[in-house]
Amino acid sequence: MSEQNLFKVTIDNITIEVPAGTTVLQAARLIGGQVAPPAMCFYSKLQGSGGKCRTCLVEVSKGSEKDPRPMPKLVASCRTTVMDGMEVKNITSEKVIDARAGVVEFLLLNHPLDCPICDQAGECHLQDLSFEHGKSETRYEFQRRTFKKHDLGKNIQLHMTRCILCYRCVFTADQLTNKRVHGILDRGDHAEIATHIEKSLDNEFIGNVIDVCPVGALTDKTFRFKNRVWFLKPMDAHRDCPTCSGRVTLWNRGDEVYRVTARKDQWGEVEDTPDGKPGWICNTCRFDKKETADWIIEGPREISRQSVIAQGHYAGKIGTTKPNETFAAINDGRKPHLLMDIHDESEVNQPNIHLGKIQGPSHGDTFNTNNTHKA
Amino acid sequence: MGVKLLLDKANVPGIRSYEVYRREGGYRSVEKALKEMNPESIVEEVKKSGLRGRGGAGFPTGMKWSFIAKPEGVPRHLVCNADESEPGTFKDRYLMEFLPHLLIEGLIVSSFALGSNDTYIYIRGEYAWIPDILEEAINEAKANGWLGKNILGTGFDCNIHVQRGAGAYICGEETALIESLEGKRGNPRIKPPFPAIQGLWQRPTVVNNVETLAAIVPIINLGGDEYAKIGVGRSTGTKLISACGNINKPGVYEIDMTISVEEFIYSDEYCGGIKGGKKLKACIPGGSSVPILPANLLLKTAKGETRYMNYESLSDGGFATGSMLGSGGFIVLDEDQCIVKNTLTLARFYRHESCGQCSPCREGTGWMEKILNKIEHGKGTIADIDLLWDIQRKIEGNTICPLGDAAAWPVAAAIRHFRDEFEWHINNPVLSQTSNFGLQHYADPIHVPA
Repeated sequence: MSEQNLFKVTIDNITIEVPAGTTVLQAARLIGGQVAPPAMCFYSKLQGSGGKCRTCLVEVSKGSEKDPRPMPKLVASCRTTVMDGMEVKNITSEKVIDARAGVVEFLLLNHPLDCPICDQAGECHLQDLSFEHGKSETRYEFQRRTFKKHDLGKNIQLHMTRCILCYRCVFTADQLTNKRVHGILDRGDHAEIATHIEKSLDNEFIGNVIDVCPVGALTDKTFRFKNRVWFLKPMDAHRDCPTCSGRVTLWNRGDEVYRVTARKDQWGEVEDTPDGKPGWICNTCRFDKKETADWIIEGPREISRQSVIAQGHYAGKIGTTKPNETFAAINDGRKPHLLMDIHDESEVNQPNIHLGKIQGPSHGDTFNTNNTHKA
Repeated sequence: MGVKLLLDKANVPGIRSYEVYRREGGYRSVEKALKEMNPESIVEEVKKSGLRGRGGAGFPTGMKWSFIAKPEGVPRHLVCNADESEPGTFKDRYLMEFLPHLLIEGLIVSSFALGSNDTYIYIRGEYAWIPDILEEAINEAKANGWLGKNILGTGFDCNIHVQRGAGAYICGEETALIESLEGKRGNPRIKPPFPAIQGLWQRPTVVNNVETLAAIVPIINLGGDEYAKIGVGRSTGTKLISACGNINKPGVYEIDMTISVEEFIYSDEYCGGIKGGKKLKACIPGGSSVPILPANLLLKTAKGETRYMNYESLSDGGFATGSMLGSGGFIVLDEDQCIVKNTLTLARFYRHESCGQCSPCREGTGWMEKILNKIEHGKGTIADIDLLWDIQRKIEGNTICPLGDAAAWPVAAAIRHFRDEFEWHINNPVLSQTSNFGLQHYADPIHVPA
C-alpha cells in the first residue's frame, strides 16, 4: 500500500493514519481503550457482518477534508469507511452516549437476564455492555417474549430468549460450512434463529457459532451447567488436527478439561493463526478432545485483568500483585470512570435511617426521600 | 378543474386495453423518446421538469437517474416499486388497475433513458389481481412491438418482468425490495453502497415509484419545461392523492399542487367535506408514517398562512408545526375519532412490519405498541407519555432504514399535538372507554401555539 492511500482520521481528538477502506470501528480499535465503540454484531472475520445492533453508533462531525460537512445522523462505525480528514466523536459526543444508552436498553428489553444460570456469564458481551452503558433498572413492565424451543443437535444448545439477533451465526454458517441449515425465521420482534424443519447442525465447523455468539444464545452442550467460566483456568494448547489449525484454549479445573474454545483476542474475536487465517476450530477439537493427554499445553492464556475470568488466577505477566503503574498512566491520561468512597455514597449504610420504619418493600428512592443524613 | 396529466383518460371506456389506449394517444412518448431523443436528453428533460419521487421521500428523479453508475459491460436495471403498503396510500393500485399501459409506457421510456434491458415491477402480494392485469398489458405491448427485441427498429431491447412480493411493508424500502427481488429475506441493506452503484445483483439499479414512472410519460409528451410550469415552486407537475377517512368522497384524486388543503377537503370536486357534517379534528396528510396534524395547523401554517397541497407548504414549520406530503395518503379524522386509538393502530402496524434486523426498531416498536395499548385500555400513567416520547426519540435516526423513523414520527406527532388527549385518557380510564375527548382547541377557530 502506497503512502497516498493512508487516510488521516481523528477519533475523540486522537489522530491516526489508516489505509483507505478501513472502517471507523477498526481505526478506533487501533487506538484502543475507550475510544473503540462496543460492537455486538460486527465481527471482523465475517464478511458482511455489522450494522445491525447499532451499539457502535458514532457521530461524524466532519465528513472529510474535501467535504467537511458533518453527517446528519449517527452512523454505524462498523460499516462506515474512513475518509481523509474525517473527524469522529465517540465518547466525546453526548448524542452518541444517549443513543447508545437507548440501544443498550432496547437490547436488554427482552433479554431474560438469567445470568446466574447462563453459561455465557463472565464472558458475555452483553453483560459487559450493560455494565458500561446500561441503567440499573428497566423501564419495561411487560412480559418478556418467549419462543418455542428448538433442538439443534447433541453439541449446540440454543436459548432463543437470550438472542439479540446479531446474525453472526448465520454469517458463520454461510462462510465456514458448505451448507447452512439454520437461519432467521419470521420477522420483527418474533424473529428467531432456527432450522426450518427440526434439524441438527452437524457440519464439521458449525461449532464456531458458539464462539461468535456474543450472548448465551448458542452455548456448548458438552459444557452445559458444568462450571462457571471464572472458576476455570484457560490454557493455550494445540494438537495436530487434520481438519483445522488445532490451536485452542483449554478451560481446565485441576487436570480436567471442561471445555475447548478457539483463542480469542481482546475484542472477543477468534485470533489469527501464524499464517494469517482466522483460527476457527473444528467440532472434533471442540467437543470430543476433552482429555489433557490429547493436547500439547503451551501455557496459561493471557486474560485481560478487567475480565472477571482473570480474578485470582495468575501471578504471571498480569498478575495479582499490586501494579506499579498508576491508573492514569494505563488509561492514557484519562481519569477513571468512577472513583468514590463507598461510605459517602451508600444509601444503605446510613445508621440514622431505621429500616423498620420504611413501609413496604424498600429501594433506592425510599432512602433518597427519607435521607435526613445528606439533606 | 385542475390540470390532469395521469388520470385524464382514466374514464375512457376500455382504456385498460391496448387498442383504446393507443387510440387515445398512448405510446406517443415511446416513439418520441426512442426516435428523436437519446438517453442523456431524456434525463436532462426529467431534470428540467423538476419531478420529485412520488413514493414519499420526494427526492428529485432526474438527479437520482444521473447518479446511476455506468461501468462498461455491466447491465443496469430499473425497478418499479409497486410495493405500495403505506396505510392510507392506494394511488398506485388505481393507476396499475385502470391504466396499466400508462405504467408500461413510462417504464419503456425510463428503461431507455437508464439503459435497462431487464426492468422489474415488484408488486406487493396483497394486490393479488393486479399482476395479471400488468402481465396482460405487457403481452399486448410486446405483441405490438413496444417491448422485446429491437423496439421500433432502434436496436433497444427491453423486457419487463412482474415479480410478486409476499406482502411485507419493509419491501417497499428500496434495498429491502432489491433483496427480496433477488430471492432473499427482505432485510434492508446497509448504505452505502447505494443501489445506483450496487443494486440488484450488485449491478447499478434505479428504484422508482409507480407514479413517478407514469409521470415520465407527460414529461416526454409535453417537454420538461412545460411540465415544470404546472404546480408551484419545487412542487412541479401533478400528484395523485388517495383520500380516505371520514370524508364524503374517498378516492384517488389528481391535483396540480396549487390548491389549498381546505379546498381539497371541502370542495365537491375532491373530498366533498367531512362525512355527516361533522367537524375536522386531525389529518395525516401523506400516508401513515408522516406526522399527524390537528385541524388548526392543517388548514393554516403556524405563521397563519394558508396551507397548500404541495411538498413545501405541508412541511412548513418542520415537524414542530408541519408534516409532509409523503406518498399522498390523505387520512382525515373527524371529531369522533380517538387519537390514542389511532396512534395505537399505527404503532401496531409498525411493530408487525418491522423486519427485526436492527435493535432499536425491533424492540422499540413493540414497546411503544404495548404502552399505547395500556393507555388505550385505561391503564396508563402520566409517566408513560414521557416514556413514549423517550422511546421514539431513541428509535428515530438510529436505525438502518427509514422504517424506524416512520414508526417514531406518528407517535411523536400525536404526543406533540394531542398530549392533553393522552392525559385525558389516562385520567379518565372509564370514561375514555366509551366516549371521546372531542375537539378542544384542535379545530377552528385557528389557534397558534406559542
